[in-house]
Amino acid sequence: MSTAPCPASAAATHGARRLSRSTLLLLLGGLLAATVVLAVGHGAYRIPPSAVLAILLDALPGLDFAVDAQQATVLASIRLPRVVLAVLTGAGLAVAGALMQGLFRNPLADPALIGVSAGAALAAAGVIVLGGVLLPAGLVADGWLAAFVLPAAAFAGSLAATVLVYRIGMLHGTLSLPMTLLAGIAINALVGASIGLLLFIASDEQLRALTFWNLGSLASAHWVALAVVGPLVLGVVLAALALARPLNALSLGEARATHLGVDVVRTKRRAIVLTALATGALVALTGVIGFIGLVAPHLVRLLAGPDHRIVIPGSALLGALLVVLADVAARTLVTPAELPIGILTAALGAPFFLFLLLHHKHKGYR
Amino acid sequence: MSGPDGAPARGRGMSGPDGAPARGRGMSGPDDAPAGLSRRRLLRWAAATPALLLAGVAFPKVTGPKPAGELRIVSIGGGVTEILFRLGAGPQIVGTDTTSLYPEAAQATPKVGYARSLSAEGVLALRPTLLIASAAAGPPAVVAQLRQAGVTLVQADPAHSVEGLLENVRRIAAAIGRPEAGAALVAELETEWRSVQAAMRVQAPAPRVLFVLSHVPGNVQVAGEETAADALIRLAGGRNAMQGFRGFRPLSAEAALSAAPDFLLTTRQGIEALGGERQLLAQPGLGLTPAGRAGRVLVHDALFLLGGGPRLPRAVAELARQFGTSA
Repeated sequence: MSTAPCPASAAATHGARRLSRSTLLLLLGGLLAATVVLAVGHGAYRIPPSAVLAILLDALPGLDFAVDAQQATVLASIRLPRVVLAVLTGAGLAVAGALMQGLFRNPLADPALIGVSAGAALAAAGVIVLGGVLLPAGLVADGWLAAFVLPAAAFAGSLAATVLVYRIGMLHGTLSLPMTLLAGIAINALVGASIGLLLFIASDEQLRALTFWNLGSLASAHWVALAVVGPLVLGVVLAALALARPLNALSLGEARATHLGVDVVRTKRRAIVLTALATGALVALTGVIGFIGLVAPHLVRLLAGPDHRIVIPGSALLGALLVVLADVAARTLVTPAELPIGILTAALGAPFFLFLLLHHKHKGYR
Repeated sequence: MSGPDGAPARGRGMSGPDGAPARGRGMSGPDDAPAGLSRRRLLRWAAATPALLLAGVAFPKVTGPKPAGELRIVSIGGGVTEILFRLGAGPQIVGTDTTSLYPEAAQATPKVGYARSLSAEGVLALRPTLLIASAAAGPPAVVAQLRQAGVTLVQADPAHSVEGLLENVRRIAAAIGRPEAGAALVAELETEWRSVQAAMRVQAPAPRVLFVLSHVPGNVQVAGEETAADALIRLAGGRNAMQGFRGFRPLSAEAALSAAPDFLLTTRQGIEALGGERQLLAQPGLGLTPAGRAGRVLVHDALFLLGGGPRLPRAVAELARQFGTSA
């Protein structure tokens, strides 16, 4: 469907928009790169920039530098995986948000809205509480088991919830938005009750795992989990780029998109699966980190307009940028302790979002 | 929400040859000047944010270089910290968790956050050579990272018993290289414990005790089996009035009545949060229990009761005296 002819957006490509697209992506890419360097160089544990450089160069084959063993461990197994996870989380959540907003043709849509996050949350909570019989070793401890079982369950949960909402929302072969949103609300309520029940029957230790995971944190980042989630999120972002043209066509309305030769059902289905994949895997690893999926695409649209060929890559970059920044703040503001990152993203994201809403309230923004 | 005309409107904005600029204006405002301004302002913010954060983090708290052989302890858990101070290792403690409130000197140490949500880099920033942690320390991924970073980790026994306490004293004393101080403290605690036990007189039936945690009106949590409170009540000659579940559970008014406790046991912190004993007895059910009607509410410091530190024999003796199970 990426090759589907889309004269509407093709026309928009030529002209000023293209320039603005590359400008924006370059700007965001540059900012992200700078932020990643900042994030790698800063943390509660002080490692001088020269030492950071030496450790990184030392890791390259053929190069040998004198490095402090503890500094190297902190950088290689604590800080770097965390920065990588922050990039993946931001990019994945923001792209999931952009896809949902394109799919629902509503800039306020969010994976949490239609039950994707809730499904992932319920499945992960179920594995933590009920899976203890099958998997006695602590599920949050690192290892292949934790790296695979929890994300897989969360993905299954998010996909199941999304498919259920999608099925309910399908009316006479078209996706009815009010029905979908209402189904999402119902699923969210049902999941809330189920999680409440799981919390009630959970043991003290399971409760601890649930709370830690509920707060949202990048602290459990390790390479094994990243080896699973990394390719997955990158794949989702790339696949989402291919959906940009069909989503542009879809924004004209389903009937017109069909006339333009876009397979509307397939586009919707892909957008839903991609959202479930990214959200499920990330929620399992980091818990619920809010507002990125909402704020990043919104900001990109504000800066460069609603073309999905800008919104999707722009959101990935901006989302990554925001989460990396929030995590640097979470790690360094209250050293030697640490703030839950979900608090920071919400504290930064929510007021900004409210400001935008109020700012555009009288200016015809829907 | 995209109203009936929402999608077509956006479609128009995108489809026309001049659609894209028109849409951009539509999003920012009807008139041109504010739109341009707002976008420029946004860009400026976007550029300024990393700079601001850089300024914020460029000056982290720097800890001095570590002289070779120096013992630097980070202590996680109120009971563990108490043991360290009793062993005379107070000056070597460079950081504690937020549950380490006793003795007072422990409150002056840098705090690495709550025992169950530690930050690996945060703890490592204190350049510890030794991490002594209660069983509650976590999350497990962070504990594993700390181990990996070369910090010696000594984990305390979670057993809620005097034997567990003595074992923890020995283990910690060995870890900080003061076995003789450990042996002396063990002997001291054993003597104290023997005199506490000698004073105990068995009561039949044992007084029924309900351990209550209520920091918010309307939310009463009670201790079931396999909790520190349950162990403490039994050590002091009482019987936990709540049986049949492990850990803490919310209490219903009727369950409180059928448990029929002779004593309500709670923490000073909880009572302070609630605003007094009267507030506790105002909770559904609690005031109507035998303990509530007779006003038998026992209030103690949370760490003193449940910390599992060297004040355990004293806590048992104090409770036994109040239960009437000691001479």
